[in-house]
Amino acid sequence: MITYFKNVFSGLVNLCKGMYITMLQFCRPKVTEPYPENRKTRKQFERFRGELTMPHNDKNEHKCTGCGICAMNCPNQTITVTKNKVTTEDGKAKIELDQYLYDLGSCIFCGICTQVCPQNAIAWSTNFEHAVFTKSKLVKQLNKPGSKKEEKPAPVKAEPAEKKEAPKENNDKSE
Amino acid sequence: MSLELSGLINAIHEGLTGAIEAQWLVSLIEYVLVGAGLLALYALIALFLIIFERKICAWFQCRLGPNRVGPWGIFQVFADMLKIMFKEIIPLKHNDKLLFYAGPCIVVIGSFLTFGGLQFAEGVHGVDLNIGVFYLLAVSSISIVGVMLAGWSSNNKYALIGAMRSGAQVISFELSACLSMMAVVILGGSMNLSTLMEKQEDLWFIFQAPVPMLIAMVIYLIAAHAETNRGPFDLPEAESELTAGYHVEYSGMTFGYFYVAEYCNLFINAAIGALVFLGGWQAFHIPGCDGFNAVMDMCPSYVWFFLKCLFFIFMSLWVRWSFPRLRIDQLLHLEWKIMLPFSLFNILLVAVWVIIF
Ligand code: SF4
Ligand code: SF4
Repeated sequence: MITYFKNVFSGLVNLCKGMYITMLQFCRPKVTEPYPENRKTRKQFERFRGELTMPHNDKNEHKCTGCGICAMNCPNQTITVTKNKVTTEDGKAKIELDQYLYDLGSCIFCGICTQVCPQNAIAWSTNFEHAVFTKSKLVKQLNKPGSKKEEKPAPVKAEPAEKKEAPKENNDKSE
Repeated sequence: MSLELSGLINAIHEGLTGAIEAQWLVSLIEYVLVGAGLLALYALIALFLIIFERKICAWFQCRLGPNRVGPWGIFQVFADMLKIMFKEIIPLKHNDKLLFYAGPCIVVIGSFLTFGGLQFAEGVHGVDLNIGVFYLLAVSSISIVGVMLAGWSSNNKYALIGAMRSGAQVISFELSACLSMMAVVILGGSMNLSTLMEKQEDLWFIFQAPVPMLIAMVIYLIAAHAETNRGPFDLPEAESELTAGYHVEYSGMTFGYFYVAEYCNLFINAAIGALVFLGGWQAFHIPGCDGFNAVMDMCPSYVWFFLKCLFFIFMSLWVRWSFPRLRIDQLLHLEWKIMLPFSLFNILLVAVWVIIF
Protein backbone atom coordinates (compact mmCIF):
# COMPACT_ATOMS: atom_id res chain seq x y z
CA MET A 1 0.00 0.00 0.00
CA ILE A 2 2.75 2.42 0.94
CA THR A 3 4.76 1.52 -2.16
CA TYR A 4 1.64 2.13 -4.24
CA PHE A 5 1.33 5.72 -3.03
CA LYS A 6 5.06 6.19 -3.26
CA ASN A 7 5.00 5.06 -6.87
CA VAL A 8 2.08 7.26 -7.77
CA PHE A 9 3.60 10.37 -6.26
CA SER A 10 7.11 9.76 -7.50
CA GLY A 11 5.55 9.16 -10.91
CA LEU A 12 3.76 12.50 -10.73
CA VAL A 13 6.94 14.25 -9.66
CA ASN A 14 8.85 12.65 -12.51
CA LEU A 15 6.20 13.71 -15.01
CA CYS A 16 6.51 17.27 -13.74
CA LYS A 17 10.28 17.08 -14.17
CA GLY A 18 9.83 15.91 -17.74
CA MET A 19 7.43 18.73 -18.46
CA TYR A 20 9.85 21.20 -16.92
CA ILE A 21 12.55 20.02 -19.34
CA THR A 22 10.30 20.37 -22.36
CA MET A 23 9.28 23.83 -21.15
CA LEU A 24 12.95 24.80 -21.12
CA GLN A 25 13.17 23.64 -24.73
CA PHE A 26 10.04 25.63 -25.53
CA CYS A 27 11.66 28.82 -24.30
CA ARG A 28 15.02 28.25 -25.96
CA PRO A 29 15.92 30.22 -29.09
CA LYS A 30 14.87 28.28 -32.17
CA VAL A 31 17.44 26.62 -34.37
CA THR A 32 15.59 26.79 -37.68
CA GLU A 33 17.53 28.71 -40.34
CA PRO A 34 15.12 30.92 -42.29
CA TYR A 35 17.28 30.23 -45.29
CA PRO A 36 16.74 32.59 -48.17
CA GLU A 37 16.16 35.51 -45.80
CA ASN A 38 19.30 35.02 -43.78
CA ARG A 39 21.52 34.38 -46.78
CA LYS A 40 23.74 37.32 -45.88
CA THR A 41 24.13 36.60 -42.18
CA ARG A 42 24.03 32.82 -42.24
CA LYS A 43 27.12 31.10 -40.83
CA GLN A 44 28.29 27.91 -42.46
CA PHE A 45 30.32 25.29 -40.63
CA GLU A 46 33.98 25.68 -41.41
CA ARG A 47 34.59 22.05 -42.28
CA PHE A 48 31.54 21.76 -44.50
CA ARG A 49 32.54 20.25 -47.86
CA GLY A 50 30.59 22.30 -50.33
CA GLU A 51 32.69 22.48 -53.45
CA LEU A 52 36.27 21.75 -54.44
CA THR A 53 38.35 24.84 -55.12
CA MET A 54 41.89 25.63 -55.99
CA PRO A 55 43.05 28.64 -53.98
CA HIS A 56 44.94 31.23 -56.02
CA ASN A 57 47.10 33.95 -54.54
CA ASP A 58 47.07 37.62 -55.54
CA LYS A 59 49.43 37.04 -58.46
CA ASN A 60 46.99 34.48 -59.92
CA GLU A 61 49.21 31.58 -58.96
CA HIS A 62 48.20 28.22 -57.64
CA LYS A 63 50.20 25.42 -56.08
CA CYS A 64 49.14 22.53 -58.31
CA THR A 65 51.96 20.76 -60.14
CA GLY A 66 49.65 18.74 -62.31
CA CYS A 67 50.91 15.46 -60.87
CA GLY A 68 47.45 13.90 -61.13
CA ILE A 69 47.55 12.11 -57.79
CA CYS A 70 44.18 13.51 -56.85
CA ALA A 71 42.63 12.30 -60.12
CA MET A 72 44.11 8.85 -59.58
CA ASN A 73 42.73 8.59 -56.07
CA CYS A 74 39.29 9.90 -56.80
CA PRO A 75 36.82 7.02 -56.58
CA ASN A 76 34.49 8.55 -59.15
CA GLN A 77 36.91 9.92 -61.68
CA THR A 78 35.52 13.30 -60.95
CA ILE A 79 38.81 15.05 -61.54
CA THR A 80 40.49 15.26 -64.90
CA VAL A 81 43.98 16.74 -64.99
CA THR A 82 45.49 17.61 -68.34
CA LYS A 83 49.12 18.58 -68.55
CA ASN A 84 51.28 20.60 -70.90
CA LYS A 85 54.92 19.92 -71.61
CA VAL A 86 56.79 23.20 -71.74
CA THR A 87 60.40 24.07 -72.16
CA THR A 88 61.77 26.58 -69.74
CA GLU A 89 64.25 29.33 -70.63
CA ASP A 90 67.20 27.26 -69.52
CA GLY A 91 66.15 24.50 -71.91
CA LYS A 92 64.68 22.07 -69.37
CA ALA A 93 61.50 20.18 -70.20
CA LYS A 94 58.84 20.75 -67.58
CA ILE A 95 55.35 19.51 -66.97
CA GLU A 96 52.77 22.13 -66.23
CA LEU A 97 49.09 22.01 -65.41
CA ASP A 98 46.89 22.82 -68.38
CA GLN A 99 43.34 22.21 -67.21
CA TYR A 100 42.04 21.01 -63.90
CA LEU A 101 38.46 19.85 -64.49
CA TYR A 102 36.19 19.03 -61.59
CA ASP A 103 32.75 17.55 -62.15
CA LEU A 104 30.53 18.58 -59.27
CA GLY A 105 27.79 16.29 -60.54
CA SER A 106 29.73 13.11 -59.82
CA CYS A 107 31.64 14.19 -56.71
CA ILE A 108 30.67 12.35 -53.55
CA PHE A 109 32.49 14.83 -51.31
CA CYS A 110 34.63 12.12 -49.77
CA GLY A 111 37.56 14.47 -49.43
CA ILE A 112 40.21 11.99 -50.56
CA CYS A 113 41.53 14.40 -53.18
CA THR A 114 42.38 17.08 -50.67
CA GLN A 115 43.96 14.52 -48.38
CA VAL A 116 46.28 13.06 -50.98
CA CYS A 117 47.42 16.22 -52.69
CA PRO A 118 51.11 16.58 -51.83
CA GLN A 119 51.11 20.30 -52.63
CA ASN A 120 48.05 21.21 -50.63
CA ALA A 121 46.79 22.80 -53.80
CA ILE A 122 43.09 22.10 -53.50
CA ALA A 123 40.71 22.97 -50.69
CA TRP A 124 37.03 22.87 -49.80
CA SER A 125 34.83 25.90 -49.96
CA THR A 126 31.58 26.02 -48.01
CA ASN A 127 29.46 27.21 -50.91
CA PHE A 128 26.45 24.92 -51.29
CA GLU A 129 24.23 26.71 -53.76
CA HIS A 130 25.04 24.52 -56.74
CA ALA A 131 21.75 24.43 -58.58
CA VAL A 132 22.08 24.97 -62.35
CA PHE A 133 19.82 24.23 -65.27
CA THR A 134 22.23 22.26 -67.40
CA LYS A 135 24.34 19.38 -66.28
CA SER A 136 27.34 20.51 -68.28
CA LYS A 137 27.64 23.62 -66.13
CA LEU A 138 28.56 21.40 -63.20
CA VAL A 139 31.93 20.63 -64.78
CA LYS A 140 34.21 23.38 -63.61
CA GLN A 141 37.73 24.35 -64.43
CA LEU A 142 39.44 25.04 -61.14
CA ASN A 143 42.65 26.67 -62.32
CA LYS A 144 41.87 30.19 -63.35
CA PRO A 145 42.66 31.15 -66.96
CA GLY A 146 46.18 32.52 -67.28
CA SER A 147 47.23 31.29 -63.88
CA LYS A 148 50.51 29.54 -63.35
CA LYS A 149 52.31 27.49 -60.79
CA GLU A 150 53.51 29.34 -57.75
CA GLU A 151 57.29 29.39 -57.78
CA LYS A 152 58.82 27.93 -54.72
CA PRO A 153 61.47 30.00 -53.01
CA ALA A 154 64.87 28.71 -54.07
CA PRO A 155 66.21 27.42 -50.70
CA VAL A 156 63.40 24.93 -50.31
CA LYS A 157 65.03 22.52 -52.74
CA ALA A 158 68.17 22.50 -50.69
CA GLU A 159 66.49 21.68 -47.41
CA PRO A 160 64.77 18.33 -47.45
CA ALA A 161 63.52 18.87 -43.91
CA GLU A 162 60.96 21.36 -45.03
CA LYS A 163 59.69 19.07 -47.73
CA LYS A 164 58.79 16.54 -45.13
CA GLU A 165 56.80 19.03 -43.22
CA ALA A 166 54.54 19.86 -46.09
CA PRO A 167 52.52 16.62 -46.18
CA LYS A 168 52.07 16.80 -42.44
CA GLU A 169 50.31 20.10 -42.80
CA ASN A 170 48.13 18.42 -45.36
CA ASN A 171 46.93 15.81 -43.03
CA ASP A 172 46.14 18.27 -40.33
CA LYS A 173 43.94 20.26 -42.61
CA SER A 174 41.97 17.50 -44.13
CA GLU A 175 41.29 15.68 -40.93
CA MET B 1 -21.91 45.57 -21.50
CA SER B 2 -21.56 46.54 -25.12
CA LEU B 3 -18.75 44.12 -25.86
CA GLU B 4 -20.87 41.13 -24.91
CA LEU B 5 -22.40 39.03 -27.65
CA SER B 6 -25.72 38.58 -25.85
CA GLY B 7 -26.77 42.12 -26.81
CA LEU B 8 -26.21 41.33 -30.47
CA ILE B 9 -28.18 38.11 -30.19
CA ASN B 10 -31.09 39.88 -28.52
CA ALA B 11 -31.04 42.56 -31.20
CA ILE B 12 -31.22 39.92 -33.93
CA HIS B 13 -34.08 38.20 -32.13
CA GLU B 14 -36.04 41.43 -31.72
CA GLY B 15 -35.40 42.44 -35.30
CA LEU B 16 -36.70 39.11 -36.55
CA THR B 17 -39.81 39.18 -34.37
CA GLY B 18 -40.51 42.72 -35.50
CA ALA B 19 -40.13 41.91 -39.19
CA ILE B 20 -41.88 38.57 -39.34
CA GLU B 21 -45.33 37.83 -38.01
CA ALA B 22 -45.31 34.04 -37.81
CA GLN B 23 -43.66 32.87 -34.62
CA TRP B 24 -42.73 29.48 -36.10
CA LEU B 25 -40.89 31.15 -38.98
CA VAL B 26 -38.89 33.28 -36.57
CA SER B 27 -37.92 30.20 -34.60
CA LEU B 28 -37.01 28.32 -37.76
CA ILE B 29 -34.77 31.13 -38.99
CA GLU B 30 -33.14 31.37 -35.61
CA TYR B 31 -32.47 27.64 -35.48
CA VAL B 32 -30.83 27.78 -38.89
CA LEU B 33 -28.78 30.81 -37.84
CA VAL B 34 -27.61 29.13 -34.65
CA GLY B 35 -26.75 25.95 -36.52
CA ALA B 36 -24.82 27.81 -39.19
CA GLY B 37 -23.01 29.84 -36.56
CA LEU B 38 -21.98 26.75 -34.64
CA LEU B 39 -20.84 25.01 -37.82
CA ALA B 40 -18.73 28.00 -38.77
CA LEU B 41 -17.29 28.08 -35.27
CA TYR B 42 -16.57 24.37 -35.48
CA ALA B 43 -14.61 24.74 -38.70
CA LEU B 44 -12.79 27.85 -37.53
CA ILE B 45 -11.77 26.28 -34.24
CA ALA B 46 -10.45 23.22 -36.05
CA LEU B 47 -8.43 25.40 -38.42
CA PHE B 48 -7.11 27.54 -35.61
CA LEU B 49 -6.13 24.54 -33.53
CA ILE B 50 -4.28 22.92 -36.42
CA ILE B 51 -2.02 25.93 -36.88
CA PHE B 52 -1.77 26.42 -33.11
CA GLU B 53 -0.68 22.84 -32.58
CA ARG B 54 1.83 22.97 -35.42
CA LYS B 55 3.37 26.13 -34.00
CA ILE B 56 3.48 24.90 -30.42
CA CYS B 57 4.85 21.54 -31.46
CA ALA B 58 7.55 23.28 -33.46
CA TRP B 59 8.51 25.45 -30.51
CA PHE B 60 8.77 22.42 -28.27
CA GLN B 61 11.17 20.94 -30.80
CA CYS B 62 13.17 24.16 -31.16
CA ARG B 63 11.84 24.78 -34.65
CA LEU B 64 9.91 27.71 -36.04
CA GLY B 65 7.02 25.77 -37.55
CA PRO B 66 5.15 26.82 -40.67
CA ASN B 67 6.42 30.27 -41.66
CA ARG B 68 6.07 30.55 -45.42
CA VAL B 69 2.41 31.07 -46.30
CA GLY B 70 1.28 34.42 -44.98
CA PRO B 71 2.64 36.11 -41.87
CA TRP B 72 3.96 33.44 -39.47
CA GLY B 73 2.51 30.82 -41.80
CA ILE B 74 -1.06 31.35 -40.67
CA PHE B 75 -2.46 30.72 -44.16
CA GLN B 76 -0.72 27.37 -44.36
CA VAL B 77 -3.72 25.73 -42.78
CA PHE B 78 -6.10 27.16 -45.40
CA ALA B 79 -3.84 25.80 -48.10
CA ASP B 80 -3.83 22.42 -46.38
CA MET B 81 -7.60 22.50 -46.06
CA LEU B 82 -8.07 23.22 -49.76
CA LYS B 83 -5.60 20.48 -50.62
CA ILE B 84 -7.37 17.85 -48.55
CA MET B 85 -10.75 18.86 -50.00
CA PHE B 86 -9.55 18.30 -53.55
CA LYS B 87 -7.92 14.98 -52.81
CA GLU B 88 -9.40 11.81 -54.18
CA ILE B 89 -11.34 9.55 -51.86
CA ILE B 90 -9.95 6.16 -52.80
CA PRO B 91 -12.72 3.54 -52.83
CA LEU B 92 -11.87 0.15 -51.40
CA LYS B 93 -12.93 -3.26 -52.61
CA HIS B 94 -14.24 -5.90 -50.20
CA ASN B 95 -15.31 -3.64 -47.41
CA ASP B 96 -18.58 -2.54 -45.91
CA LYS B 97 -19.28 0.63 -47.88
CA LEU B 98 -22.09 1.97 -45.71
CA LEU B 99 -20.26 1.60 -42.42
CA PHE B 100 -17.02 2.76 -44.00
CA TYR B 101 -18.51 6.13 -44.90
CA ALA B 102 -20.71 6.32 -41.81
CA GLY B 103 -17.64 6.09 -39.54
CA PRO B 104 -16.13 9.53 -40.14
CA CYS B 105 -19.58 11.14 -40.23
CA ILE B 106 -20.46 9.73 -36.81
CA VAL B 107 -17.15 10.94 -35.42
CA VAL B 108 -17.82 14.47 -36.64
CA ILE B 109 -21.47 14.41 -35.56
CA GLY B 110 -20.48 13.22 -32.11
CA SER B 111 -18.07 16.05 -31.57
CA PHE B 112 -20.33 18.63 -33.21
CA LEU B 113 -23.27 17.73 -30.99
CA THR B 114 -21.31 18.82 -27.94
CA PHE B 115 -21.11 22.34 -29.35
CA GLY B 116 -24.85 22.64 -28.77
CA GLY B 117 -24.39 22.14 -25.05
CA LEU B 118 -21.37 24.37 -24.49
CA GLN B 119 -21.58 27.89 -23.16
CA PHE B 120 -19.30 30.19 -25.11
CA ALA B 121 -20.03 33.47 -23.39
CA GLU B 122 -22.55 35.08 -21.13
CA GLY B 123 -25.88 34.19 -22.67
CA VAL B 124 -24.31 32.56 -25.72
CA HIS B 125 -25.13 28.88 -25.86
CA GLY B 126 -27.13 26.55 -28.04
CA VAL B 127 -29.32 24.73 -25.55
CA ASP B 128 -29.33 25.18 -21.79
CA LEU B 129 -30.13 21.64 -20.74
CA ASN B 130 -30.86 20.89 -17.12
CA ILE B 131 -28.49 17.93 -17.43
CA GLY B 132 -25.85 19.87 -19.35
CA VAL B 133 -22.79 18.15 -17.93
CA PHE B 134 -24.31 14.74 -18.50
CA TYR B 135 -25.25 15.66 -22.06
CA LEU B 136 -21.73 16.86 -22.86
CA LEU B 137 -20.13 13.70 -21.53
CA ALA B 138 -22.68 11.51 -23.27
CA VAL B 139 -22.51 12.95 -26.77
CA SER B 140 -18.77 13.45 -26.77
CA SER B 141 -18.33 9.70 -26.39
CA ILE B 142 -20.48 8.92 -29.43
CA SER B 143 -17.32 9.46 -31.49
CA ILE B 144 -15.95 6.14 -30.36
CA VAL B 145 -18.78 4.38 -32.22
CA GLY B 146 -17.56 6.02 -35.40
CA VAL B 147 -14.00 4.99 -34.66
CA MET B 148 -15.02 1.37 -34.08
CA LEU B 149 -17.09 1.36 -37.29
CA ALA B 150 -14.18 2.80 -39.23
CA GLY B 151 -11.81 0.18 -37.88
CA TRP B 152 -14.24 -2.66 -38.47
CA SER B 153 -15.41 -1.72 -41.95
CA SER B 154 -11.94 -1.00 -43.32
CA ASN B 155 -11.28 -4.74 -43.58
CA ASN B 156 -7.71 -4.15 -42.49
CA LYS B 157 -6.05 -5.74 -39.52
CA TYR B 158 -4.18 -2.61 -38.52
CA ALA B 159 -7.36 -0.57 -38.59
CA LEU B 160 -9.19 -3.21 -36.57
CA ILE B 161 -6.48 -3.42 -33.90
CA GLY B 162 -6.30 0.36 -33.74
CA ALA B 163 -10.04 0.66 -33.30
CA MET B 164 -10.08 -2.01 -30.60
CA ARG B 165 -7.32 -0.25 -28.73
CA SER B 166 -9.13 3.02 -29.10
CA GLY B 167 -12.31 1.46 -27.78
CA ALA B 168 -10.61 -0.04 -24.75
CA GLN B 169 -8.88 3.24 -24.05
CA VAL B 170 -11.84 5.57 -24.45
CA ILE B 171 -14.24 3.39 -22.51
CA SER B 172 -11.87 3.06 -19.56
CA PHE B 173 -10.88 6.69 -19.42
CA GLU B 174 -14.47 7.83 -19.83
CA LEU B 175 -15.00 6.40 -16.37
CA SER B 176 -12.46 8.65 -14.69
CA ALA B 177 -13.59 11.67 -16.66
CA CYS B 178 -17.19 11.13 -15.57
CA LEU B 179 -16.24 10.49 -11.95
CA SER B 180 -14.23 13.70 -11.78
CA MET B 181 -17.24 15.49 -13.29
CA MET B 182 -19.33 13.93 -10.52
CA ALA B 183 -17.13 15.69 -8.00
CA VAL B 184 -17.92 19.00 -9.65
CA VAL B 185 -21.60 18.22 -9.76
CA ILE B 186 -21.58 17.42 -6.04
CA LEU B 187 -19.83 20.70 -5.29
CA GLY B 188 -22.04 22.78 -7.60
CA GLY B 189 -25.21 20.93 -6.69
CA SER B 190 -26.46 20.93 -10.26
CA MET B 191 -25.87 19.47 -13.70
CA ASN B 192 -27.15 22.59 -15.40
CA LEU B 193 -24.27 24.55 -16.83
CA SER B 194 -25.94 27.92 -16.27
CA THR B 195 -26.38 27.12 -12.59
CA LEU B 196 -22.78 25.99 -12.39
CA MET B 197 -21.73 29.28 -14.00
CA GLU B 198 -23.77 31.27 -11.48
CA LYS B 199 -22.17 29.37 -8.62
CA GLN B 200 -18.74 30.31 -9.94
CA GLU B 201 -19.48 34.01 -10.24
CA ASP B 202 -17.56 34.98 -7.12
CA LEU B 203 -14.95 32.27 -7.08
CA TRP B 204 -14.15 29.53 -9.55
CA PHE B 205 -14.69 25.97 -8.39
CA ILE B 206 -10.98 25.29 -8.39
CA PHE B 207 -10.60 27.97 -5.70
CA GLN B 208 -13.79 27.12 -3.83
CA ALA B 209 -12.52 23.69 -2.88
CA PRO B 210 -8.86 23.62 -3.89
CA VAL B 211 -7.86 20.13 -2.78
CA PRO B 212 -10.62 17.95 -4.24
CA MET B 213 -11.05 20.16 -7.28
CA LEU B 214 -7.35 20.06 -8.09
CA ILE B 215 -7.36 16.27 -7.91
CA ALA B 216 -10.51 16.19 -10.03
CA MET B 217 -9.00 18.59 -12.54
CA VAL B 218 -5.77 16.62 -12.94
CA ILE B 219 -7.71 13.38 -13.34
CA TYR B 220 -10.10 14.99 -15.78
CA LEU B 221 -7.28 16.43 -17.86
CA ILE B 222 -5.48 13.11 -18.07
CA ALA B 223 -8.66 11.22 -18.90
CA ALA B 224 -9.80 13.78 -21.45
CA HIS B 225 -6.39 13.78 -23.02
CA ALA B 226 -6.50 10.01 -23.31
CA GLU B 227 -9.94 10.19 -24.91
CA THR B 228 -8.66 12.35 -27.74
CA ASN B 229 -6.22 9.58 -28.71
CA ARG B 230 -3.26 11.93 -28.64
CA GLY B 231 0.25 11.24 -27.46
CA PRO B 232 1.32 9.80 -25.02
CA PHE B 233 -1.97 7.91 -25.34
CA ASP B 234 -1.86 7.67 -29.12
CA LEU B 235 -1.49 3.92 -29.25
CA PRO B 236 -4.64 3.49 -31.39
CA GLU B 237 -2.76 5.39 -34.07
CA ALA B 238 0.73 4.19 -33.17
CA GLU B 239 2.34 4.79 -36.52
CA SER B 240 5.30 2.57 -35.81
CA GLU B 241 3.11 -0.45 -35.09
CA LEU B 242 -0.20 0.15 -36.82
CA THR B 243 0.73 2.60 -39.60
CA ALA B 244 -2.13 4.93 -38.71
CA GLY B 245 -4.58 2.82 -36.74
CA TYR B 246 -8.28 3.03 -37.44
CA HIS B 247 -8.08 5.63 -40.21
CA VAL B 248 -5.37 3.92 -42.23
CA GLU B 249 -7.70 3.17 -45.14
CA TYR B 250 -9.22 6.63 -45.34
CA SER B 251 -8.15 9.26 -47.80
CA GLY B 252 -9.17 12.74 -48.82
CA MET B 253 -11.98 14.34 -46.91
CA THR B 254 -13.02 11.12 -45.15
CA PHE B 255 -9.67 11.27 -43.40
CA GLY B 256 -10.14 15.02 -43.05
CA TYR B 257 -13.26 14.35 -40.98
CA PHE B 258 -11.28 12.32 -38.47
CA TYR B 259 -8.65 15.01 -38.42
CA VAL B 260 -11.10 17.85 -37.84
CA ALA B 261 -12.93 15.86 -35.19
CA GLU B 262 -9.68 15.14 -33.39
CA TYR B 263 -8.87 18.83 -33.11
CA CYS B 264 -12.38 19.79 -32.17
CA ASN B 265 -12.40 17.12 -29.47
CA LEU B 266 -9.26 18.75 -28.16
CA PHE B 267 -11.17 22.01 -27.93
CA ILE B 268 -14.28 20.39 -26.47
CA ASN B 269 -12.33 18.71 -23.69
CA ALA B 270 -10.59 21.96 -22.89
CA ALA B 271 -13.92 23.79 -22.97
CA ILE B 272 -15.62 21.34 -20.60
CA GLY B 273 -12.64 21.56 -18.27
CA ALA B 274 -12.73 25.35 -18.41
CA LEU B 275 -16.48 25.43 -17.80
CA VAL B 276 -16.53 23.26 -14.74
CA PHE B 277 -13.17 24.00 -13.10
CA LEU B 278 -12.09 27.47 -14.17
CA GLY B 279 -15.44 29.20 -14.21
CA GLY B 280 -16.12 29.10 -17.95
CA TRP B 281 -16.82 32.59 -19.17
CA GLN B 282 -16.79 34.09 -15.67
CA ALA B 283 -14.06 36.63 -15.09
CA PHE B 284 -11.50 36.09 -12.37
CA HIS B 285 -13.03 37.50 -9.20
CA ILE B 286 -11.79 37.78 -5.66
CA PRO B 287 -14.66 38.21 -3.21
CA GLY B 288 -14.34 41.53 -1.43
CA CYS B 289 -12.05 43.29 -3.92
CA ASP B 290 -14.64 45.26 -5.85
CA GLY B 291 -12.14 47.43 -7.72
CA PHE B 292 -10.18 44.41 -8.92
CA ASN B 293 -13.36 42.62 -9.93
CA ALA B 294 -14.55 45.62 -11.92
CA VAL B 295 -11.25 45.67 -13.83
CA MET B 296 -11.57 41.97 -14.55
CA ASP B 297 -15.11 42.48 -15.82
CA MET B 298 -13.87 44.86 -18.49
CA CYS B 299 -12.73 41.85 -20.47
CA PRO B 300 -15.67 40.34 -22.39
CA SER B 301 -16.79 36.92 -21.23
CA TYR B 302 -15.99 35.07 -24.48
CA VAL B 303 -12.37 36.25 -24.22
CA TRP B 304 -12.18 34.74 -20.76
CA PHE B 305 -13.68 31.52 -22.02
CA PHE B 306 -11.35 31.14 -24.98
CA LEU B 307 -8.32 32.09 -22.92
CA LYS B 308 -9.10 29.35 -20.43
CA CYS B 309 -9.63 26.90 -23.29
CA LEU B 310 -6.31 27.89 -24.79
CA PHE B 311 -4.65 27.31 -21.45
CA PHE B 312 -5.99 23.77 -21.27
CA ILE B 313 -5.16 23.11 -24.91
CA PHE B 314 -1.64 24.30 -24.31
CA MET B 315 -1.33 21.93 -21.34
CA SER B 316 -2.52 19.11 -23.54
CA LEU B 317 0.02 19.91 -26.26
CA TRP B 318 2.73 20.28 -23.66
CA VAL B 319 2.01 16.78 -22.38
CA ARG B 320 1.75 15.44 -25.89
CA TRP B 321 5.20 16.63 -26.87
CA SER B 322 6.83 15.63 -23.57
CA PHE B 323 6.15 11.97 -23.01
CA PRO B 324 6.72 8.75 -24.93
CA ARG B 325 3.82 6.52 -25.89
CA LEU B 326 2.39 4.13 -23.29
CA ARG B 327 1.90 0.43 -23.84
CA ILE B 328 -1.68 -0.86 -23.69
CA ASP B 329 -1.11 -2.64 -20.37
CA GLN B 330 0.51 0.45 -18.86
CA LEU B 331 -2.41 2.50 -20.10
CA LEU B 332 -5.02 0.25 -18.55
CA HIS B 333 -2.97 -0.02 -15.37
CA LEU B 334 -2.94 3.77 -15.16
CA GLU B 335 -6.68 3.95 -15.54
CA TRP B 336 -8.00 1.04 -13.50
CA LYS B 337 -5.43 0.86 -10.73
CA ILE B 338 -4.49 4.49 -10.23
CA MET B 339 -6.94 6.99 -11.62
CA LEU B 340 -10.13 5.14 -10.83
CA PRO B 341 -9.39 4.62 -7.08
CA PHE B 342 -8.25 8.20 -6.82
CA SER B 343 -11.35 9.60 -8.47
CA LEU B 344 -13.62 7.41 -6.32
CA PHE B 345 -11.82 8.62 -3.23
CA ASN B 346 -12.08 12.17 -4.54
CA ILE B 347 -15.88 11.93 -4.70
CA LEU B 348 -15.88 10.95 -1.05
CA LEU B 349 -13.54 13.84 -0.28
CA VAL B 350 -15.66 16.38 -2.08
CA ALA B 351 -18.79 15.14 -0.35
CA VAL B 352 -17.14 15.57 3.04
CA TRP B 353 -15.89 18.97 1.95
CA VAL B 354 -19.37 20.09 0.94
CA ILE B 355 -20.81 18.94 4.31
CA ILE B 356 -18.09 20.64 6.37
CA PHE B 357 -17.82 23.99 4.55
S1 SF4 C 1 35.81 14.56 -52.92
FE1 SF4 C 1 36.11 12.44 -53.52
S2 SF4 C 1 34.77 12.21 -55.30
FE2 SF4 C 1 34.96 14.40 -54.98
S3 SF4 C 1 36.64 14.98 -56.30
FE3 SF4 C 1 37.56 14.55 -54.31
S4 SF4 C 1 38.18 12.41 -54.40
FE4 SF4 C 1 36.77 12.75 -56.10
S1 SF4 D 1 45.73 19.18 -57.04
FE1 SF4 D 1 47.42 18.31 -55.93
S2 SF4 D 1 47.29 16.12 -56.35
FE2 SF4 D 1 45.96 17.12 -57.83
S3 SF4 D 1 47.24 17.39 -59.61
FE3 SF4 D 1 47.44 19.27 -58.44
S4 SF4 D 1 49.20 18.95 -57.13
FE4 SF4 D 1 48.64 16.96 -57.91
